[in-house]
Amino acid sequence: MQPDLSAKSLKVTSLISVGQHPKSGRARRAEQDARAVELGLTLSDDQLEMLHVGSGDKTVMRSYLGMGLPKMTLLKQGDRGDAVPVLCDYLATHAPDILLTGVRAESGEASGMLPFLLAEKLGWPLVSRIAEIGEVNDGVAEVLQALPRGQRRAIKVRLPFVASVDNAAAEPRQSAFGPGQRAGINDMPVAGGDDVVRSGWEESPARKKPKRLKVVKAKTAADRFKAATAKASGGGGKVLKKESPAEQAQAVLDLLIEEGVVR
Amino acid sequence: MSDLIRRDPRTEWIARNRLHPLHGEALFSTSGHPVGDVRGPSGLLRKNPHGVGFIGPNGIKRIDRLAIQLGESGPQGGQRRGAKAAVEVQLPLVTVESPDFYVVAVLDMVGGRLTGHDKDVLGQGHKLVAATEGKGAVVAVTFGDSKEEGFDKAGVDRLIQFRGEQYDGYSPEQRVTALEAVERELDPEYWLFPDSIAGGQELGCRLAARLGERPATQAWQVDAFTSLCRGGSQRIDISRETPRLLLLGEECADQIDETRHEAVVIELASVPASLSRIEDCGAVDVDPSQVPLGEAEFILSAGNGIHDWDQFHQAAETLRATEGASRVAVDDGFMPRHRQVGATGTWVTARVYVAVGISGAIQHMQGIGQCDKVVAINSDAGCDMVKRADLSVIGDSQQILAELIRLVESRQQGGAEDAA
Repeated sequence: MQPDLSAKSLKVTSLISVGQHPKSGRARRAEQDARAVELGLTLSDDQLEMLHVGSGDKTVMRSYLGMGLPKMTLLKQGDRGDAVPVLCDYLATHAPDILLTGVRAESGEASGMLPFLLAEKLGWPLVSRIAEIGEVNDGVAEVLQALPRGQRRAIKVRLPFVASVDNAAAEPRQSAFGPGQRAGINDMPVAGGDDVVRSGWEESPARKKPKRLKVVKAKTAADRFKAATAKASGGGGKVLKKESPAEQAQAVLDLLIEEGVVR
Repeated sequence: MSDLIRRDPRTEWIARNRLHPLHGEALFSTSGHPVGDVRGPSGLLRKNPHGVGFIGPNGIKRIDRLAIQLGESGPQGGQRRGAKAAVEVQLPLVTVESPDFYVVAVLDMVGGRLTGHDKDVLGQGHKLVAATEGKGAVVAVTFGDSKEEGFDKAGVDRLIQFRGEQYDGYSPEQRVTALEAVERELDPEYWLFPDSIAGGQELGCRLAARLGERPATQAWQVDAFTSLCRGGSQRIDISRETPRLLLLGEECADQIDETRHEAVVIELASVPASLSRIEDCGAVDVDPSQVPLGEAEFILSAGNGIHDWDQFHQAAETLRATEGASRVAVDDGFMPRHRQVGATGTWVTARVYVAVGISGAIQHMQGIGQCDKVVAINSDAGCDMVKRADLSVIGDSQQILAELIRLVESRQQGGAEDAA
C-alpha cells in the first residue's frame, strides 16, 4: 500500500531516543524509533519533524539525521529530567497530525508508558504496535497493527493520533554519515522538572532470572517413579476409528473452527 | 457346656496358613488381637504387623501402602491387584467470604484460555494477598468469550467477565472504561497485568495513564514492599517500591496448583459506553507461508504417511495453515529443511497443530511440547502422536485430507454467498 498524495501534506512527528546495543551497551540508533522515522519519511518526507528530549548524544542524533532529514528539534534536558511534561508543552503548540514513537525505550526504565501518557494528556487516540500506515482520507487513517504470531489487523483511526511502531514495521533505511553531519540540530533548552520518583530507585546490572524448576509433588515413591519415567501424554484425547472419512474430516474441521484458526 | 478351655486345632491351623481365605478372622480369634492397630498394655497404639497387608498370588505377603495413603478402605486379600491406582485427588477448596480487599488481575486469555503467563500473574496475586494484612480475594478480569474451565484451579477467587460485542476485537478504549468501573466498585489494593504482547501491556499502560499511577513494568520479583523490574534491553534491574499497578513479566511467581478457589462471578452494576475513536476493521489475511514456523499459530505438518504431496500443499493453502514437516519428510526431500519441526528443527509454539501421517518420534514430540491442541491424522491407532493428541482420526490420510479440503471449500463458498 503506497500512501496517496494527500498524505504527503500530513504533519508527522517522530519521537527518537538514544538506543543501546543489547550486548555491548553502546549508544546507537534505537531500532523501533528508527522504524518510526522510516515510517514518517514514507508518509511525508518534507513535513516530518524529528523530536528528541534529553541531553542529545551527538553521534546518535546524527545517525538519525543521516536517514535524509535536513534538521531536527532537540529539547535539551538533563539525564534525570521528566520528558512527558516537556513533550506535552511542545506538542500543544506544535501539534502534528500523527505522532510516532517506539514501543519501548532501549535504555533506562523502558516502561513503554510514554505514548500512553502523551495520548492521555493530549486527549488523542492511541494505536499501539503498528506496522504500516496506509491511506489517510478525510482525517481518518488506515493503520495496520502488528499482532503476535505474525498476524495483522486493520484499524481506522481519526487524526490526530499517537502510534507506537512495532519491530514488524519496515526496516529503517541506512544512515548516511555525510548528510547526517551536515544536517542541523535545532537546540531548544527547556525547563522541566526532574523525575523525582525515579531518584529513589536502585539500579544494578541485570541478574540472571532463576529458571523455574519442575517440582514433582508426588506423595509416594511410586508416583515419583511414574513422574520420572512416564512419557508426556495429553491424558487421552478423543479417538475416531470407525467413522467414515467424511465424518472424521468434519470432526477435525469442527475443532479447527472452535479454536478459531479456520474462519 | 463345660468351662474347660478347649483348643480349636482347625482355627489354629487356619491362623498358621496365611493363604487361607479365613486367615484374618482365625488370627483374631486365636490371638484376640484385631487385624489392624492394637491398643497396647501401656496405652500405646501398636501396629499388628501380621494384620496388615495381604497375600499376593505367589504366597508372598504384600503391603499396599498406596491404598492406605489414598484414604481408601484397608486392603482386602489380593483384590487390589490391577485396580486403578490413580484416582483424581480433590484439591482443598479455599473460600474467602466478605474479603477486606481485592487484588485485581486482568488476564490476556489468548484464544479464550488462560495462558501460562496469566497463571503466573494469578500466583503473584495470591502472593501479594498473603503478604498483606487482612483477608483478600484475587479477582480475575477477562474480556470476550472464554473457553476456560480451570479458573478455580488457577487461583481465581472472584471472576469478572466483560462480554458483548463492544469488547470484541481491538477495543482498548471500552476496556479501559470497564476497568475504571472496576476501580470505582472494588477499589483494588493492587492491579496486576501480564506484561505481554498479547494485550496485557497495552491495557495496563492505558489504565496506568488514566489513573495516574506509575506502574512497575517487566517486574519479575515482587513482594509487598519492593519490586525488581527489568530495564531497557534487559541490561539492568531496577529495585523500587512496589506500586499499586504492576505489569508482571513471565514466571514472576509460582502458579497455584495445590488449592481450588471459588471463582464466584461478580456482576458490575453498569459500565458506561466509551466514545470510540478507533475502529477495528478485522484481521488482515497474512500469507501463512511467510509466517515463521516458530511463531505460527496454526501448523499443518506432514510426515512419512503422506504420499500425495500436491494434495498436502493444497490442504495447507485451503486451511490457511503454515506448513511443517517431520524429519523423515525433510530427509526424503519432500519439504525444505526450514520446515522441520522437532528437536533438530524448529520448536513450534502453535495453538493448533495438525499432524498428518506423523507417528511421533520423541524428538518431534519435544518440538511440539508447547502446542495447545494437537490433532493427529494417522493410520496407526497405537502410535505416540495419537496418545498425545486431543483429537485423533484413524484412517487413510489421503481420503481424510480430500474430505477436509472439500468441506473447507464448500464452507468458504457458503460464507461468500452469505456475505453477498
